[in-house]
Amino acid sequence: MKILVCISHVPDTTSKINFTEDNTKFDANGVQFVINPYDEFGLTRAMWFKEKQGASIDVINVGGPETEPTLRKALAIGADAAIRVNTVATDAFSVAKQIANVFSNGGYDLVMAGRESIDYNGGMVPGMIAGLTNANFVNSCISLEIDGANATAIREIDGGKETVSTSLPLVIGGQKGLVEESDLRIPNMRGIMMARKKPLTVVEPVNASPETISVSFEKPAPKGAVTLVSPDNLDELINLLHNEAKVI
Amino acid sequence: MSVLVYTESEQGHFKKAALEVASYAKAVADQLGTTVTAVSVNATDTSVLGNYGVDKVLHVASDQLNSFNASAYASVIKQAVENENAKVIIVSSSADSKYLAPLLAVGLNAGYASNVVAAPSGTSPFTVKRPAFTNKAFENIQINTEVKIIGVSNNAFGLVETSGSASAEDFSPTIPGFAVKVESVDKATDKVTIADAEIVVSGGRGLKGPENWGMIEELAEVLGAATACSKPVSDLGWRPHGEHVGQTGKPVASNLYIAIGISGAIQHLAGINASKVKVVVNTDPEAPFFKAADYGVVGDAFQVIPELITKLKAFKAQQ
Repeated sequence: MKILVCISHVPDTTSKINFTEDNTKFDANGVQFVINPYDEFGLTRAMWFKEKQGASIDVINVGGPETEPTLRKALAIGADAAIRVNTVATDAFSVAKQIANVFSNGGYDLVMAGRESIDYNGGMVPGMIAGLTNANFVNSCISLEIDGANATAIREIDGGKETVSTSLPLVIGGQKGLVEESDLRIPNMRGIMMARKKPLTVVEPVNASPETISVSFEKPAPKGAVTLVSPDNLDELINLLHNEAKVI
Repeated sequence: MSVLVYTESEQGHFKKAALEVASYAKAVADQLGTTVTAVSVNATDTSVLGNYGVDKVLHVASDQLNSFNASAYASVIKQAVENENAKVIIVSSSADSKYLAPLLAVGLNAGYASNVVAAPSGTSPFTVKRPAFTNKAFENIQINTEVKIIGVSNNAFGLVETSGSASAEDFSPTIPGFAVKVESVDKATDKVTIADAEIVVSGGRGLKGPENWGMIEELAEVLGAATACSKPVSDLGWRPHGEHVGQTGKPVASNLYIAIGISGAIQHLAGINASKVKVVVNTDPEAPFFKAADYGVVGDAFQVIPELITKLKAFKAQQ
């Protein structure tokens, strides 16, 4: 089985988010970038397939040279090879089109992508890859088993879960549950050394105009201080929630 | 050239989110000077949509569509869009709509903006506001394609009732074969889901053990709320993973989020920042959650919550 794992290069959760150029551009200065947490679940599940059933794993990112350390980290975790599509990631559609092109031409059976990235939170790329390639698609996937060309997956739905069966080629929008967070892998020294020798191929993009453009960003209005209510005066809390916040 | 809205139903009844996206579609239609057409699948009575601004309902009745299938539903909506020559399509932010919308976007060559929190700030160019960076910022995005899809964030726009009425028309699209088949569904149908809930009551490690969740459930029942939990609680197996809210768990965009015994790790706050009003009950006055909360009670949950339940019952009885 040949697996393609999408690796989004995103600001660490604890990063302060700022913008430049009159709030039109994200300010990457001083920001620590990491593998998108949702993608880590997919990468770890792909490692499980590799170790238990036999598979090769390529990781892919659409971005400039600055994303290569994130791809190298994925190689250090255990991916076999990395692909960087050499273009600035603009919107979800243009990113999906680049990945779909690599997927279609690379003979892959399975694409593992995170349900969403923690930067733009669009949740669109996995479904768009599937739509562009006519591959089967399971979103919000919390369990995946592959038996030959057949797949059984569990996906999270509002208020429960659903078990589905389908076949390869398949695109997964994955999340926690594919593996547990305790199973996520931290690169060890041997992995880091080996990652340096693994291939990282830079490919040029196909033509894909963005469909949407970020025109500006804004930060939420500063929050006021918390109103503390004495535990001996819970009537006051009910009063505030009813009359001030109007939520009960 | 109406605005087309996909109105989700469950067991024949429209979800609250369906009425919210209908309200949103009406606001967009007013801006564009056009009407609203809804697509409904297997709903028993579509007349209620008229109260939320829908002018016409394309009613699809099909046993094949009793179980949700993203590709099939995307195909049905695409055919409705083409039937109506619609240029703007509105969907919700439910798990199902987020599943089908990217497929629909590819099928229609449409730009798609998800989790939108307000009516368009302009329609020429078409610009909408959505959260980014896990609710640390908002992004104003312009959709440049002829056909546009907007996914509306739950509870962001609210319900707007009108005095209109909706005509209904049977619609019989071609339903494709299913390459992804539903084998089984495991869902508690009598519980309020986190996605639909206006109020969410959430517990953390401060509750000390799963045996203490009765008061969380009772508080949720009094408020008509969904129950949720922090990541350590689901990791410990006290509560199911489906209740874990936070960055890698479920996002919550409720009107009221009550956090009990949750300290407020940054990953948890990332998942609940879209909630409008946050109440925190914690024994530790230094818990980081108090900085993110609107209202707080520094106190022992085992004393505060039972008393709050008693007082809320009395309050509800008076309403």
